Amino acid sequence: MQIPAALDPVEAIREAMPDSLLDVHLFRDETTLIIKPEKIVAFARYLRDTKGLVFNFLSDISAVDYYPDYNRPGRFGVCYHLYSMLYNRRLRLKVYLPEDAPTVPTVTVVWRAAEWLEREIYDMMGINFKGHPDLRRVLLPDDWEGHPHRRDYPLGYETVMFSFNKDEINKSKPYAKE
Amino acid sequence: MTLTPVPVPAQAPEEWQGSVEALRGLVSDRAMTGETLLLNLGPHHPSTHGVLRLLLELDGEEIVTCLPDIGYLHTGIEKNIESKSYEKAVTLTDRMDYLAPMSNNTVFCMAIEKLVGLDVPERAQAIRVICLELTRINSHLVWLGTHAMDMGAMSVFLYCFREREFVLDMFEMLSGQRMMGSYMRPGGVWRDLPAEFLPALNKFLDYFPAKIDDYETLLTNNPIWIDRTQGIGVVEPEDAMALGMSGPSLRGSGVNWDIRKAQPYSGYEQYNFNVPLGEHGDVYDRFLVRVQELRESLKIIRQAVDKLPGGPFRSTNRKFVPPPRAELGGSMEAVIHHFKLWTEGFPAPDEEVYVAIESPRGEIGCYLHGTGGNKPRRVHFKTPSFMHISALGVISQGHMIADLVGIIGSVDIVLGDSDR
Amino acid sequence: MGVISSKMGNLGVVTTSLDEAVNWARTGAMWPLLFGLACCAIEMMSTQASNYDLSRFGMELNRASPRQSDLIIVAGRVTRKMAPVIRQLYDQMASPKWVLSMGDCASCGGVYNNYAVVQGVDEIIPVDVYVAGCPPRPEQLIHGILTLHEKVRGERVLETIND
Repeated sequence: MQIPAALDPVEAIREAMPDSLLDVHLFRDETTLIIKPEKIVAFARYLRDTKGLVFNFLSDISAVDYYPDYNRPGRFGVCYHLYSMLYNRRLRLKVYLPEDAPTVPTVTVVWRAAEWLEREIYDMMGINFKGHPDLRRVLLPDDWEGHPHRRDYPLGYETVMFSFNKDEINKSKPYAKE
Repeated sequence: MTLTPVPVPAQAPEEWQGSVEALRGLVSDRAMTGETLLLNLGPHHPSTHGVLRLLLELDGEEIVTCLPDIGYLHTGIEKNIESKSYEKAVTLTDRMDYLAPMSNNTVFCMAIEKLVGLDVPERAQAIRVICLELTRINSHLVWLGTHAMDMGAMSVFLYCFREREFVLDMFEMLSGQRMMGSYMRPGGVWRDLPAEFLPALNKFLDYFPAKIDDYETLLTNNPIWIDRTQGIGVVEPEDAMALGMSGPSLRGSGVNWDIRKAQPYSGYEQYNFNVPLGEHGDVYDRFLVRVQELRESLKIIRQAVDKLPGGPFRSTNRKFVPPPRAELGGSMEAVIHHFKLWTEGFPAPDEEVYVAIESPRGEIGCYLHGTGGNKPRRVHFKTPSFMHISALGVISQGHMIADLVGIIGSVDIVLGDSDR
Repeated sequence: MGVISSKMGNLGVVTTSLDEAVNWARTGAMWPLLFGLACCAIEMMSTQASNYDLSRFGMELNRASPRQSDLIIVAGRVTRKMAPVIRQLYDQMASPKWVLSMGDCASCGGVYNNYAVVQGVDEIIPVDVYVAGCPPRPEQLIHGILTLHEKVRGERVLETIND
């Protein structure tokens, strides 16, 4: 079976969708394409279905919170890590989202693996995925308030008990009785 | 900040306080009318490997919908790592996939090395390969023991744990700890192989192949095992790739993807080994793939031990790796490096990297984003068990509950891995 | 039982022999609940397996149902989502019941000092013996179990019935 020749993803995208590609970033032999959030589904479909690209495996979706540095165009970044099994190469798509009501269309229509990965990002970062079939919390209890992986959410650190503060802490620590 | 106490109910409620309406859309409409039964395969159950909760919608014995509910082991490791420096965070990664702690360590250390551009000497790479393959053997032994025990073959559990003791003794020689060694560090490994390690390893390599034959004798041609596992939990290759499955669960369906061959790391390209593939994608094929992987791991370890190069066991770049104690007596730079690295840690650029390796369960990936300072901005682990549990809801439709136990065992999930 | 002790006064020999007999029976076959949460569960399974056999201490098998077990070994980190489940299991166990908190995470929160982990299972259920370690070696767990057996042998049966 003849395998079609591999295309360079950056060139192919520049030809096919030039106005939605905001930037290309290279670091340590990893290519990141920074794109507009509304176009993510179109990009995903293009990358998965075009002969010569065939990015058919979604490795990971991660979200970053740039608080309090704010040194990126948007408080949140969502990275889609793609892998092409046929051509054995990786690619990253990145979108930047604003601070209030961060929303991005879901890519579950393209890769089914995104279902739970996007649920986890909704749970932990509070980013909404438009069109997701089942957006509920996955790792935390359903009635939890807040999104822990945001950088302004406190770690929830409990004062470490040493011998000098043992009695103080023992008074306020809720020990179970029976 | 003090934590708010967990409200302890004075007495556990007698009946479920919720209503079936909350599940509308997630289960089929027959559950709303009560035609099918909603059963909770709760977080505390002998056959779910860890605290996994499955909400099953049953039509008699047949599963109509299977909704996994995880999070009962969510430890907040990723957020905890954000408040620690890079070397100190390695100890936290041990405890994610607790059956393969060295794999987690390795993927995190490789991400750090890629981010800051740190070299890893050849001896360290060979030692890493030996430890990773021993970890793979360890993990597959626990998988085999618990999977067989769930299906009724209790003696395999005891045999596998007896073999595990040898490997755990070897890990104790390396790092002092049986399981959570944190032996892999950024730049290499923590310390060189002690003198008693290689003789013990060679003894294990001679002793173990006969044991794998024992397990195969017990299970592979056993008619009860074949009846219970063939044709169960079939996953088509396209579905498996779309659902994000990886590792032996994907290779059982015939997809030839192993990161050790496709994108080799840590010197794997030097070793000769086969990647076992299944054909039908059922529980039996996944079982055969993993048992064969035990033999391939032994092959790799033998080659690594034969080729073990000399040289340093950790990078000598003192900007990132603390100097050994012996140097501190004579050199002022060593003292300064020691002080800076152990109090503050080393800085990493404000960039992101993604590194993936082949853990015994599948592809574990580490997404690391630095700040320019000594603590990471964000660490995210894509763990194979997370993807496999979401696939479980799809694979188990139409099967009986007894088959479900076999399916859960065959996808080899570890709840610490999926919940982190 | 309270009537008997008040009518016959201090029975001395009879009650101590009764204590010994009952406690010997309790420690002889204390069946734990099959309850492993995280990494400590793997060490607990290693302790139950053939190298460090727990059956020689009477813990022949783990019962899956809380109503049929005497001991709950909380092995692993307790998260906020799992806490009500543990409480329910503990409530479902029949008296006499004991709790052994295995590992650092169950004893005090362990390595994790954050929003998701309960800092010690003694915030949820009362603990009899704490075993330290991350994860504790099988020998440490066996020492913890033998300490629990000693504690049980020191219990007074009549007093517990009078409660």
